[in-house]
Amino acid sequence: MPEKIQMLALSPTMETGTISNWIKQEGETIANGDVLCEVETDKATMEYEAIQEGTLLKIIVQEGGSVAVGKTIGIIGETGDDIDALVEEARKETETGDKEAGQPGAAAGTTAEAAPAASKEEPESPLTELEAEDTGERVKSSPLARKMAERANIRLSSIKGTGPGGRIVKRDVETAAAKGTTSKPAAVPRGEDKIIPVSGKRKVIAQRLSESKYSAPHYYLKMSVFTESMMKSRSSLNAELGRKISVNAFLMKFAAEAIKRHPIVNSSWEGDTIRQFASIDIGLAVAQDDGLITPVVRDCGAKGIVEIDSELESLVEKARGNKLTPEEYTGATFSISSLGSYGVDEFTAIINPPGSAILTIGRMKKVPVVSENDEIEIKAETILSLSCDHRVIDGAKGAEFLRELKFIMENPIRVLY
Amino acid sequence: MTEEQSYDIAFLGGGPAGYVGAIRATQLGLSACVIEKDKPGGVCLNIGCIPSKALIHQAETFKNISGLEALGVKVDISGFQYRKAFEKSRKAADTLSRGVSFLLKKNKVELIPGTGKITAGNRITLDNGTEIQAKHIVVATGSRPIEIPAFPFDEETVLSSNGALMLEELPESLLILGGGVIGCEFAHIMNAFGVKVTIVEMLNRILPMEDPDTAEVLAKSFKKRKIDMLVGTKAVSMEKSDKGVRLTLEKDGTQTAVEADKLLVVVGRRPNTEDLGLEDLGITLEKGFVPVGDYYKTSVEGVYAVGDVVSTPLLAHVASKEAEIVAEHIAGENTAAKINPALIPSAVYTEPQVAGFGLNSETARESGVSFETVTFPYRGAGKSVAVEKPDGLVKILFDPETKEILGAQLAGAEATELVHEILLAKSSELLPEDIATMIHAHPTLSEAVMEAARTVEGWPIHM
Repeated sequence: MPEKIQMLALSPTMETGTISNWIKQEGETIANGDVLCEVETDKATMEYEAIQEGTLLKIIVQEGGSVAVGKTIGIIGETGDDIDALVEEARKETETGDKEAGQPGAAAGTTAEAAPAASKEEPESPLTELEAEDTGERVKSSPLARKMAERANIRLSSIKGTGPGGRIVKRDVETAAAKGTTSKPAAVPRGEDKIIPVSGKRKVIAQRLSESKYSAPHYYLKMSVFTESMMKSRSSLNAELGRKISVNAFLMKFAAEAIKRHPIVNSSWEGDTIRQFASIDIGLAVAQDDGLITPVVRDCGAKGIVEIDSELESLVEKARGNKLTPEEYTGATFSISSLGSYGVDEFTAIINPPGSAILTIGRMKKVPVVSENDEIEIKAETILSLSCDHRVIDGAKGAEFLRELKFIMENPIRVLY
Repeated sequence: MTEEQSYDIAFLGGGPAGYVGAIRATQLGLSACVIEKDKPGGVCLNIGCIPSKALIHQAETFKNISGLEALGVKVDISGFQYRKAFEKSRKAADTLSRGVSFLLKKNKVELIPGTGKITAGNRITLDNGTEIQAKHIVVATGSRPIEIPAFPFDEETVLSSNGALMLEELPESLLILGGGVIGCEFAHIMNAFGVKVTIVEMLNRILPMEDPDTAEVLAKSFKKRKIDMLVGTKAVSMEKSDKGVRLTLEKDGTQTAVEADKLLVVVGRRPNTEDLGLEDLGITLEKGFVPVGDYYKTSVEGVYAVGDVVSTPLLAHVASKEAEIVAEHIAGENTAAKINPALIPSAVYTEPQVAGFGLNSETARESGVSFETVTFPYRGAGKSVAVEKPDGLVKILFDPETKEILGAQLAGAEATELVHEILLAKSSELLPEDIATMIHAHPTLSEAVMEAARTVEGWPIHM
């Protein structure tokens, strides 16, 4: 008996998924546990492990296609099975809007700053969407079909006509309405514009960051920090442990300590209340090919730096491979981002909800400074920039935190008391 | 003597299905033959549509005498001979039947006289032993009048429609058992020629299968002409004598009797599917009809059935269209797999005429679809008054949301012609507004159609 293969909820908050890659092809045998395909959710790509056995008889949703959880993506059974009825059912499932990819779940999808990313995105062609009628070209259609298309909000030019002479007739409009083609005429290529489809991930980044920037009144504090002490501590620790602790881990630990002393920085605006989080969960922005993601190390306040670093290492690797689970990239109460390795001196970031602040660190460079004796010294420094949500963190509080952090970084012993 | 001839398609029966299908087949490059045991043209041409319409025309000519008298002309009908009307109807039938022979010859269709039986999926054997080989066989043997055992046909006192069309003299009085289309047409003819007519109908109105409002227009007209209509009445038994026939009727438990010179029994037609070899081929008949699927294929490869042997409406234009579909399909043409029943027009050639297609008020209600109805009276079109035929109506049923035409029902002069404008709109998916806004010549009866469409749109001028 052939069966439908349905899109599963690969995470508790997943509502739709985009098939990014079919691992198994039509005709291949599937055993329980085999990876059928890779599914892109709002922020990560996950493997769909088969829970049915048999032969993959038909792929219903192709690579790039998105469907809601529960909808049919394929048909499995024995070779020779009659699958027409199931294929027909699957076709009927596709309702208007099933092409909408990546609707983020309530708690899903964190974002990081929209620093001018290395990849410059072409704006979607500002298409003046021409009705074929507008250009004077007649679209052959019966009056009844025209009326039905108008009522269903479907553009005639997007419907294939099967009536006399290719005329669009009633049944064509009915078919189009069932398939949910809310018309988007094909992009007209002009010169060398490249039209990049917006992935689910991109959509989420766009939505979350816009929302954050729009809702939270951002202000920015900048402070330069001498890094010699921190780097010396790091060197001795690395020698001691026989492994290299990342600078990011240090930053996370130091930030957590600063937060302990200024907990308002680890809070969230909730309308009538402000939630001051008990746990310090710090997200670190990690660049990916097609976007960015913030893996979160939980409870940085309680963890030692080695533990933080180990976790971070595995999380970052997963992030680069697009394999983070939603639990691993959502819910950061404070975020950190670094573009120092790109040579950026300093920059400001967009707050990553549910947090109310985000810390950036630029490149470490040697600069001439004026010492207490009014002499010029060469010192290694970096510039921190803190973006704060003014609803939660007033200027003075933000400044106090940043000052604390600078002190800790320049005097690591501070964490002991 | 066994001769073998071989064709792409062999049509068993030369009526509106057989001869039309065969001509279509040769037009498309196939070879075809028609096997016919009687005259080409079948029932329609010889003992159905054509002679009846000829008689209707003669009946109306005769009826118009009252029109002449109204102009002061004194008319002497003492020399009237019904036989002459009958002969005209035969002449029409003969002319057209010969015309069909000519058309078949012209289109290189072999007309084979004889009675055939299908002896294999690709072979028909005639009663003289000739064997016809064909890659495809189309059963098109038509139908015959249903005979009720209590009232067996003798075609003298108890007539079928065949006998009625072959009458050479009029009875003084006639009982018509069956108030459907054929019964009403005969009532119209006979009453026009001065015969005392009584219709007995089992259901609760004449034309029980048509729209109730259009049937009512005809019923009113018949009442004015003093045609008795005994509806909701069953015929129980009869007695024949040399004076004629006495029919015992039953209505609501009460029995009565009526008498007349002759009894015409027109309660429907049954398919001619006996002795064709169908059962031996493996075809199981359903109530005498041949079950068919897409393209009118039977369960046997290469064997098709069309026309009155199939349970689709028993109409000549349906038979012709079905045969055309078969020919086109066999020739590899792209054709619809079957006729859309909503696009089949029905026509009753009484005066006033009744015509329609698609849903009517009863079938629309039963189907459960959402619909609205508008009606426009013939009287609103000036021409109807000018020609003294103001009684009638044009009714359009449509979808409330899109105004898609779901059906049209007409009663009145020329209804059988007027219906085509609305049918064209439906089949081409035009909307009532397209009819409403098109200029119709004035004065014409078609203006009633235009105004009915305008009534759908909410702005009739002449109402």
